[in-house]
Amino acid sequence: MELGNIEKILEKYFEATATVDEERTLRAYFSQAEVAPHLEQYKPMFNYFSMAKEEKYTKQVPLKPRVNYYKWLSVAAAVVLTFGIYFGNQYQETKRLEQEKAEFAYEETKKALELLAVNFNRGTEKVAYLKEFEDAKQKIYNNN
Amino acid sequence: MKQAEFLNVVLPFQDKLFRLAKRLLVSREEAEDATQEILLKLWSKNESMGKYKNVEAFAMTMTKNFCLDRLKSKQAGNLKLVHSNYSDENTSLQKQLEAEDSVNWMERIIKDLPEQQKMILQLRDVEQYEFDEICELMDMKPTAVRVALSRARKTVREELIKKHNYGIG
Repeated sequence: MELGNIEKILEKYFEATATVDEERTLRAYFSQAEVAPHLEQYKPMFNYFSMAKEEKYTKQVPLKPRVNYYKWLSVAAAVVLTFGIYFGNQYQETKRLEQEKAEFAYEETKKALELLAVNFNRGTEKVAYLKEFEDAKQKIYNNN
Repeated sequence: MKQAEFLNVVLPFQDKLFRLAKRLLVSREEAEDATQEILLKLWSKNESMGKYKNVEAFAMTMTKNFCLDRLKSKQAGNLKLVHSNYSDENTSLQKQLEAEDSVNWMERIIKDLPEQQKMILQLRDVEQYEFDEICELMDMKPTAVRVALSRARKTVREELIKKHNYGIG
């Protein structure tokens, strides 16, 4: 590439009218060891641009989490829900049975107590005769 | 889209995202975080990714906006301060190395450019994007892009000449 051409492209470069290809030519020219002395000052500029392009992004990006997390979250929710319904029902069932049993026991106890009360009452009726003795006794006392 | 497919789509341009982020945020760690953030955002959108005509352009725009947001936020303001302190501390050392190490010099010149020119310079001179791609990414008119690019390049040249003459004189 002759010097005149480079100078022309350089001028276009600073007016920002050079094409990408022309700019590539410039970078290639300035990457040589031998550069015309009056253009020497531009060397760091183009070399820097070529060098800056070499820089790499080296960090690893942890991509996994989010998507999988949500997928498993729904599965976990479904499992919890199923278990919840299953055991919840069971719990309700046992509670109902327990209540029935308790009610039954209550009724039985009531019946037993009623029976007892009836018998007691019968006893009380009999005891009422004792009053006669009392009356008779009082009469005897009063007579004395 | 599976993870492997996604990585294949992303791999060709993830370095570009990183370099753009680093150009804007200066610090390597910040740029790495930003790039990771962008890639994760892309990944979370990966079902709709087929709809975008140009995933690379989309990702570059995301990176640009993300980094500008970071710069605006207070956090990045602190970071910037820390970093310029850091480079100030090293000026004397840098002056010693300047003769060989023009890379640092270039980096500092570009760092002082306005954000917009910085980005356009990065997109064009480092990544070799075509003008219409840059227009789309930057949301600017072609003439505005050319003006900004030309201005950026000329500023860099002036600074370099200044430095060159300084080295001689």
